[in-house]
This record gives sequence, structure tokens and C-alpha cells, in this order.
Amino acid sequence: MTREETPGVRDIAIVAFAQTDVLRTTDELSEVEMLMPVLHSVLDRTGLKTADIGFTCSGSSDYLAGRAFSFTLALDGVGAWPPISESHVEMDGAWALYEAWTKLLTGDADTALVYSYGKSSPGSLRDVLTRQLDPYYVAPLWPDSVALAALQAQALIDAGEADESALATIGTRSRRVATLNSHAQLRGTVPQGDYAVRPLRTGDCPPVGDGAAAVILAAGERARELCSRPAWIRGIDHRIEAHSLGVRDLTDSPSTRLAAERAGVFERPVDTAELHAPFSAQEIVLRKALRLDDSVRVNLSGGALAANPMMAAGLIRMGEAAARIHRGESDRALAHATSGPCLQQNLVAVLEGDAR
Amino acid sequence: MPEVLKAPLVVEFPFTRSLGPVQSAFLTGLRERLVLGVRTADGRTLVPPVEYDPVTAEELHELVEVAATGTVTTWAWNHAPRRGQPLATPFAWVLVRLDGAGTALLHALDAPGPDAVHTGMRVRIRWAENRTGAITDIACFEPHDGEPGRPGGERQESDGERVTGIVAPARLDYTYSPGRAQSAYIEALSTRRTVGERCPSCRKVYVPPRGACPTCGVPTAEQVEVGPRGTVTTFCIVNIKAKNLDIEVPYVYAHIALDGAGLALHGRIGGIPYDQVRMGLRVEPVWTDGARYPDHYRPTGEPDADYDAYKELL
Ligand SMILES: [Zn+2]
Repeated sequence: MTREETPGVRDIAIVAFAQTDVLRTTDELSEVEMLMPVLHSVLDRTGLKTADIGFTCSGSSDYLAGRAFSFTLALDGVGAWPPISESHVEMDGAWALYEAWTKLLTGDADTALVYSYGKSSPGSLRDVLTRQLDPYYVAPLWPDSVALAALQAQALIDAGEADESALATIGTRSRRVATLNSHAQLRGTVPQGDYAVRPLRTGDCPPVGDGAAAVILAAGERARELCSRPAWIRGIDHRIEAHSLGVRDLTDSPSTRLAAERAGVFERPVDTAELHAPFSAQEIVLRKALRLDDSVRVNLSGGALAANPMMAAGLIRMGEAAARIHRGESDRALAHATSGPCLQQNLVAVLEGDAR
Repeated sequence: MPEVLKAPLVVEFPFTRSLGPVQSAFLTGLRERLVLGVRTADGRTLVPPVEYDPVTAEELHELVEVAATGTVTTWAWNHAPRRGQPLATPFAWVLVRLDGAGTALLHALDAPGPDAVHTGMRVRIRWAENRTGAITDIACFEPHDGEPGRPGGERQESDGERVTGIVAPARLDYTYSPGRAQSAYIEALSTRRTVGERCPSCRKVYVPPRGACPTCGVPTAEQVEVGPRGTVTTFCIVNIKAKNLDIEVPYVYAHIALDGAGLALHGRIGGIPYDQVRMGLRVEPVWTDGARYPDHYRPTGEPDADYDAYKELL
């Protein structure tokens, strides 16, 4: 929803963002060891201590760790004793941000720390992600994440909206701009490679990596105290597609479009967009759903094709968009996060800086 | 710094799931080589069938038969099948709209190569020999250039009970690494020593260490050897025998604050009747040959510790 629809609600902004380098493996670090530098970094940027934070919300997945309640160990990193006001989503941290934003709207807190992390390296990610599928009709067939994305890519090719070279261009551009992003996992020239699952080649697929991210949200005047140019959340919304892939038009993303409408994206042009499109074909689907033309700078970070730490990549899109506003490089930015196969769930936020 | 440990970790679980009326009918149908869809209020037929309309959320129950032949709506060539997938040889993932259905079903298509597959191609179900009432009763699809099949055309009556549930086995393989701090702890245990880490801020020693102080939220790194002796801070008496555990009940499970540690760890107390274990009891670890951690803790014979000495560790 947007602020305009609910007059009198507080202004809430992203005031700080930090992320780890995304690496193929981080054996030497437990989750909390990987996460802690990011937590300290984001707190340092605002001068806040963990005890000052009104509410904490995190995102992660037990299936990546292969361990129940794995998020509880990561809580050590935020100083969870004595007990803090805390919550967890078994999803990408972008959805944790949504929850924290909701909590700030109620007025129960003025600041929130949102973090998320994922180590994909211990398991085989393509197999692990099959466990999020419909357990009756789909999961018993073990269709992996690349295979499902390949079905979507072929549907786009059949519809005449892409071909293999157009897909390759997206991966190439993502990794080229990622040379300016020291946190990205794949940077510069990366061969398009062999077919992973045809029509997708390895260059159309995201790297598998471990990483973490954190942001701090603050309301009203508190945001101005903590950040010289807060990234105000003007609208945020998330929507979901029908569960069964065979019911959906895989060449479109009506849930993204609806979330964007509800977040107020189409009211005024955006200058910047951070899209969470793990597979090249998905960027085409999202650009169409969000009506982004060439005037919009898309994924200057390199996006998920350059670094896709599970459960953190969506929050990183929020953070990257906000950081551009903090630095004065954007005035109105769109941030998008996805979760599930073939863009099943989509979250869209509009961020704005104060007029200059 | 000792090498970071790694070990295989297999997570296996047979999920037992019950079916609602629609899914039950569909999977019972597959066992009899019959494909059922469900009709929506606006006249579409959803295959596979679901209990609620994905657009209106209306409850659905009108089952209709569709054919075992259909049309590929999109596909992807899988040259390297993975464990658990329907075919062990290269195959195409396909979404197939069965004749009579308005939506598509995900499955595998057995074809000689990607050049033999295209969107719009005609296919038919290849039934599994042994059918149990599961989506895998469809072994896969195969190319089909004959007439469209008739709904229910291949039905094979079975006298089995209606399928009301499925058991969905799942196995995931991991290589577990406990990270730096816990690796050091486990390494030390291999020489029968217990090490924790001291928080640089509050000076508490955490055992086992996890690399962070949960009170201060800062990294810990300074290793400190603790124990081997310790004090029982609190305990419980276990009266139920656990499966695969050959410890006689009742026995005592306790929180034990090793000397020098800032919090207590868990351990079993032995070498003393269960009803004589008490708070403040001084204990020491008992190692068995080849063990990777103490088998249990037994009384040292020292006088009990003063309550004030461990009250912070309860
Ligand atoms: Zn401490």
C-alpha cells in the first residue's frame, strides 16, 4: 500500500544498508560469524547500538542450513540477551523488511533492524529448493529450480518475446556492471557456457553463493537524525501467483504488476530499478510487468545474475536502491524482490529521497 | 588456527500427508489410469485439480474426466537428470494440457533429444507399471501422433481402497561445517579438553563457543580452557527410555557449569543414585574409549559448591 491511501501514517525510511561479499563457499564461518560484520557495519553507519533498536526482524531458511530453527543461532549476533523484540520470516529478508515496516507503522517502535542471510554452499541448492514446491503433485518429481526457470524461458521464446541471444545479453550486461560492485560474486566477462537446462545456459543462471545483508529502518524525525538523505518508503506491497505453474501465464507477472500498482510505482516515473531476477528471462518478464523503459537504470549493482545469496538477494535489492538515494544518485527508485519458482511471489517498494 | 571441520549430513524425512476429497479422487484415479480434473464456476477444467479456485478462492468439487493425451504448452531439455527425477536418461520437462483440460500439468517427456520436442507437440501418458496413487503413477509422457484419446479411455479398475494419503520421501545431502569457533571446540574435545571463548566485552566464557556473545552481540575469539570439573546447577530426572538409547531409567540429566565457564552445558550424571543428585554437586567427566565427548559426569567427592558460586549460571 502507499502512504497516500492511509493519511496520517508515519514516514518510514531505510537509513542504512550493509552487505557481505557473496562467496561460493564460506566453510570457515558459521552463519552468525558470516552475519556479524554486516550487523556491526549497518549499526555503525547510524551510531545505534543493538540495545537502541526497537524491533528486529530476520529472514532465512532452515532448508539451506539443513537444521531446524537455524535462525535462533544467528540471533547471537544481535545481542539477543536480555530478550529483545524480535521476529523471523522463513523467507527472503525483503519480506522481513515488510514486517518491520508494518511494525513501525503501528508506532510501537521508531527503529528496526532487518537482516537476512543464506549459506547455499552446504547443500545442493537445486535439490534443496524442490522442497518448496507443491508436495502432492510437483515435489515428488524433483523438478529443480533451473528446470522450472527454463520452462519459463522457453515460454518467453515461444511467445516471440526473447531469443537465446537476447537472454545472453542480459547476463553479460549484469556481470559487466557488477565490476563496479565489489560484493558481487560474478563480475566482468563470464562465458555464456553450455546448456544448464535448455534453453538456459549457465550464463543465464545466477551463481550459487553465501551472503548476508542488513538494513536499518527509522520513522519520521528519527530517520533524519540517523541519515542525511533517508530513502523514504513511499509504498510497498507484495502479491503471489497461483501455486500451480500450469495455471499461470509464465510470460507475464501479474502479481508484480499488482504489487507495483498498490505500491504507487505507476504514479510517477522512477529513475532507478533494482529487480530481483535470478534468471535472465525473468528480467524481461519483470520489465514488462513494471513498464520499465530504457530511461530507467536497471540493476546497476549487477543484480541477481551477479550475486544471488538465497534469502538475502531480495533484501539487497532494497538496500542497493536505498543506498543510491542516500548517495544522491537517485531521487525515486523501485526495488523488487522475488521468492519461489518462476517469480511466484513478488514484493515491490518505491523509495524516494527528499527533493533537492 | 585449526582446520575447519566438515562432515556429511543427510537429512531424510518421509512426509505423510493426508489428501482432501479432490486430491484423493485425482490420485485414486491415476492408480486406475484415469485422469480427473475439477471444474470451476466459469467452466474451466483444472488439471491437476485443486480444492479452491486459484482466481476466486471458491471451493471446487465437480470432478470431470479428461484424456490421457494432450499438447505440450512449454518445455525444457534436461540433459543431466538428477536424483529423484522421473527418468534417468535425458528428457524434457514439459507442461502438458491434457485434452479436455484448461490448464497444464508438469511432468517429464521421454524423447530422443531436444530436436524431437516442440511446443504444440502431441503427447500421451505412459503409465507406471506399479501404480500406488501418486503423481509418479504417470511414469512420464511420450510422443503421440494418433487420435486424441477419450476421457477415461484406458481406465483399469482396481479393487484397492481409495487413496487418502501419500508418503512423500525426501532426502537432502549436505556437507556440514560448524565454522571456526565450533571446529576449535570439537578439535579440543578430541584431546579430551573443553575450550570456550571469552567475550571481549562482558568477559563471559561461552561453552560451547559459537563465535559470538549473545549478550553483547560481538565476535568472540579468545580461547579459554575450562573444566574438567564442574558444578551441577540444575537437573531433571528422566523416567522414559528413549528409543535406541541403552541407558537405564531413571537417570539424571543436568546443567553443568564447568569451572571457568560463563554458562552451563548439558550432561548426564552417573556414578551416583539418581535420587541423590543435587544442585551444587561437584562432578567430573567420564570418557569412554574412542568417544568424541564425555559419556557422562560423575561426582568428584568434593564438598558441594556454595549456592552463591553458581547462582548466576542457573
Ligand atoms: Zn559479552
